[in-house]
Amino acid sequence: MKKPDTVRPGAAAHLPADRQPPMVRAENVRKRFGPLEVLKGVDLEVRRGEVVCLIGPSGSGKSTFLRCINHLETLDGGRIWVGGQVVGYQRRGSKLHELGDREICRQRTEIGMVFQHFNLFPHMTVLQNLIEAPLRALKEPKAEATERALALLEQVGLGDKASAYPRHLSGGQQQRVAIARALCMRPKLMLFDEPTSALDPELVGDVLTVMRDLAASGMTMIVVTHEMGFARDIADRVVFFEAGQAVEVGPAKQVITEPRHARTKAFLAAVR
Amino acid sequence: MTGFTARPEGRPAHDAEPSGTPRGTGGTAGRPGPADSGPADELTVVPKRHPGRWVTAIALLIVAAATLHSVFTNPRFGWDVVNTYLRDVSIGRGLLVTLELTAVCMAIGIVLGVVLAVMRLSANPVVRSAAFLYVSFFRGTPVLVQLLFWYNLAALYPQLTFGLPGVSLDANRLITPMLAALLGLGLNEAAYMSEIVRAGVQSVDHGQGEAAGALGLTKMQTMRRVILPQAMRVIIPPTGNETIGMLKTTALVSVLAVPDLLYSAQILYARNFQTIPLLIVASIWYLTVTTVLTIGQFYVERRFSRGNRTVAPTPLQQFRQLLRTHTPSATGRTPE
Repeated sequence: MKKPDTVRPGAAAHLPADRQPPMVRAENVRKRFGPLEVLKGVDLEVRRGEVVCLIGPSGSGKSTFLRCINHLETLDGGRIWVGGQVVGYQRRGSKLHELGDREICRQRTEIGMVFQHFNLFPHMTVLQNLIEAPLRALKEPKAEATERALALLEQVGLGDKASAYPRHLSGGQQQRVAIARALCMRPKLMLFDEPTSALDPELVGDVLTVMRDLAASGMTMIVVTHEMGFARDIADRVVFFEAGQAVEVGPAKQVITEPRHARTKAFLAAVR
Repeated sequence: MTGFTARPEGRPAHDAEPSGTPRGTGGTAGRPGPADSGPADELTVVPKRHPGRWVTAIALLIVAAATLHSVFTNPRFGWDVVNTYLRDVSIGRGLLVTLELTAVCMAIGIVLGVVLAVMRLSANPVVRSAAFLYVSFFRGTPVLVQLLFWYNLAALYPQLTFGLPGVSLDANRLITPMLAALLGLGLNEAAYMSEIVRAGVQSVDHGQGEAAGALGLTKMQTMRRVILPQAMRVIIPPTGNETIGMLKTTALVSVLAVPDLLYSAQILYARNFQTIPLLIVASIWYLTVTTVLTIGQFYVERRFSRGNRTVAPTPLQQFRQLLRTHTPSATGRTPE
């Protein structure tokens, strides 16, 4: 996968790599659903081109945190910056005001997201799924979007499926289409929410291969996953979530093979 | 003692496989049992028989024949009169009025219904409650009463100003029977359509809206391009029913003296006293149009189940399928 195909030139592209702001910065992110506090002040920085895996038991808040990054969830406290810009809010004096629909949508065009259940549009062909957002949200000419979409389908190994409907594809193929659909927007950041959890075991490999290629191309990725092998091999860093907090953050190999925190140890022992 | 009761071991259930233990002593190796051994392809598979189908078919045929005989031998049906008036000009005009009422009222109902549904699903509580009140009011009173209300609007407001300066319209002249009929039926239909559209929108998986939002589509784009096309599959069948229902409900406007199909028939039989034949004429036309609409509904539903697993076969395909299952050679059975 070549980098220019997938990464739109960012605002700070002219700066040398070490002087660029982090791709994602989360500061004291808090979120509650009614009486339940699901995020109790999460801090995290993700550098450009870094791959970070979020692991932890279900209900620990890792998916909610991921969904906060593109404002699928509103925040109850703290801030998240993507590419140096606060996501979903605007600061006026001492208050953060939620942005309007249009502005939030503009921010989201730069953040790709892949869901556990693919969420392809079933009434559109694969190609239509890919070009819908480039045409409507980026107002791109159709020929241009189609050309890029076909190239992306080729890259995820589905060059012959452009005119198929999603239901004709296996789960693994659908998820690869979903990745291509997100990449077709040329995002600068990709979020993956348990991308292989809904797949039959023999179909997981193809999806992970595509994600490996994407990581190798220099894409910044945040991945919520239960695939410890993938996290260990591909991620630069791993974050262990528990009870709404980032309990342990560190290099992937260290966190997974020799965790320091007792809860991380217990979790990893249980999933192995 | 636990709450579970286990079947006593050693006593196999009635239909259990005879496992391990040889059944009887006569089962020697050279003589295969009747059903539990031997190559499977030598055995003929016999599907379950349905003698009840034949019995009910014959019973129904007898009843149908008796009914038809009575219908065509009783002179009071007046089939010659029916035949004369079936193509009568005033009946034809009445049919056109009925079709026009159905089309316009359904158009009002669908457009206003979508607006009301979007309002009911809105995050804005004021807008939501307004739509809720509308639906409860128009669903909560009989449509016949609503029609009479619109027809008699002049008794409430002799002059319509719409709150605008310089506007003053004579309600008696503005609200013609036709306009009262369109308002009464259309606004009532909107209440029902909004519930249908709402159910359709809510049937679409929540993840679809999230995926569209995550791609940067605005709420309006998401609704128009992603949610509504998928909701159509749920919306179309009941909308077809509503259209067919509307065609028949338009007969109510005869109380407002709108010359629809029924009222045209009524005018005729008030003069010539051929009540039954003319009601049959009206019924034949209602039935013809509902049949056409039903066929149309079927093909529209097929169109909108695109990209979906279950596309209903056309009647012709169904008929062929029926022939196939009842042809012995196609099921692998040998003919008796």
